[in-house]
Amino acid sequence: MRLHHVRNAFYPVAGIAIILVAWQFYTQFFAINRIVLPSPADIFWASAANWNVLLRESWPTFVESVLGFALAVAIGIPFAVCVANSRVLNLTLYPILIATQSIPKVAVAPIILVWFGLGMQSKLVIAFLVAFFPIVVDTAAGMRATPAGLLELARSLRASPLQIFLKVQFPAALPFIFAGAKVAVTLAVIGAVIGEFIGSMNGLGNLLLTANSQLDSPLAWAALVWLSALGVLLFGAVVLAERIVMPWSETGHH
Amino acid sequence: MQSQIIEQGRSSAAPVPFGHFEGVHQHFRRPGQAPLVAIENITFDVKAGHLVTLLGPSGCGKTTFLKIVAGLIPASGGTIQINGRAVVEPQPDFGVVFQQANLMPWRTIQANVLFPMEILGRTDAAAELRARELLALVGLEGFEKSYPAQLSGGMQQRVALCRALIHKPKLLLMDEPFGALDELTRMEMQDLLLDIRAKTGATVMFVTHSISESVYISDIVCVFSKRPAVIADFIAVDLPYPRSAEIRYLPEFTELEHRAGRALGITR
Repeated sequence: MRLHHVRNAFYPVAGIAIILVAWQFYTQFFAINRIVLPSPADIFWASAANWNVLLRESWPTFVESVLGFALAVAIGIPFAVCVANSRVLNLTLYPILIATQSIPKVAVAPIILVWFGLGMQSKLVIAFLVAFFPIVVDTAAGMRATPAGLLELARSLRASPLQIFLKVQFPAALPFIFAGAKVAVTLAVIGAVIGEFIGSMNGLGNLLLTANSQLDSPLAWAALVWLSALGVLLFGAVVLAERIVMPWSETGHH
Repeated sequence: MQSQIIEQGRSSAAPVPFGHFEGVHQHFRRPGQAPLVAIENITFDVKAGHLVTLLGPSGCGKTTFLKIVAGLIPASGGTIQINGRAVVEPQPDFGVVFQQANLMPWRTIQANVLFPMEILGRTDAAAELRARELLALVGLEGFEKSYPAQLSGGMQQRVALCRALIHKPKLLLMDEPFGALDELTRMEMQDLLLDIRAKTGATVMFVTHSISESVYISDIVCVFSKRPAVIADFIAVDLPYPRSAEIRYLPEFTELEHRAGRALGITR
């Protein structure tokens, strides 16, 4: 933990603290009904009192998001590689991808539920659908952004297409792939929650809806906080993976 | 350590010159316009072990010519022979140094130097030893495990030079490799190149637009005219080796610079 790490952590923490204090002051000073807007303290106590429920409901949402995201990575990256390297596939599939992307996922969710049922699978599929697009778009962009000089170097050594892909094109695309993955992983959580909103038996989205319908706003807000924490956690996991896979990208900044 | 590196550029007793270029011509098609003639007609020979610079104004086609020799661009016409073989595609026994260092940011310095050996399927302990030797030769020992982003531009270009030499190329092709460096680093790199050339005996073709650089490092200065390129002058540089910065102030040196300048149409 170097000094600049501490300093970098200070700003977001201070920003959140200021918002929380202002929020607490606002709800107390104006005596806002906690059903309309619970205070941070209300949310904290609701969270503390229901931590076991929140933890239990976090698990399905976590699994749906992670598996949906993993599926998007597993299918999206090879898909993007094919699309980026084949003119025919690019011309055939890219317009279809763009067209399907412009369909709102919320509109498709009920259909997905009909196909995959009320369980985890339908949420996983929706999480996959929303995470798929950024991964494909960024990976394909990365595949096309290989520095021309590196390709010329590889060509001067008569590298095979497979060698060029494995040793030049793919590693050069990694920063793009991770940029897409960071967007995708937070979208995957949103996808899972959309699925839970449309129809589910558990999960944080389900808990949020239930608490809301019972006018238990502090618990609904607590579920929201946990959802956000889940998103941050998964985002952090992708950042960590990025640092492990691309150790060079960090060393360059010093 | 030197004996490991000295193995290149064996001078053949055969009557065929090491490099033979005859009537090399290059034009590029342009939609809706007349084709752009980059190279009109280039004919010259290169002796084994010689360092030949291609000197010319920007955009005169000297880089294009070097890429043709490298086999990266097919010539529109003419003969390109190295070691008696026609060059129609890239040759694994050539080493190329580009204007940019073109290092892979995800590879350590040592792994960057070893890249050609990986492509040629010749990675072994000997290759790793040679990589370390070459890095030591260019003054980069201790940087094997560093990443390119941690190195300055001059250091990166040294790594690129090591990478071009790792597979003991018969011909080293250099495309304005020191063009992006500051004056002092550039002079250091010129001395380094002469030193490496003396130790490896490699034949070198070197593109530059600096008159003093070309006179300082060359055996032969091949002056290209403006586009479409023809050879404006072919200057033998009879300055003794080892060369050091002092020779830049010799009257012979200045005279050669003058001659190159006249060929370029800069001086009279």
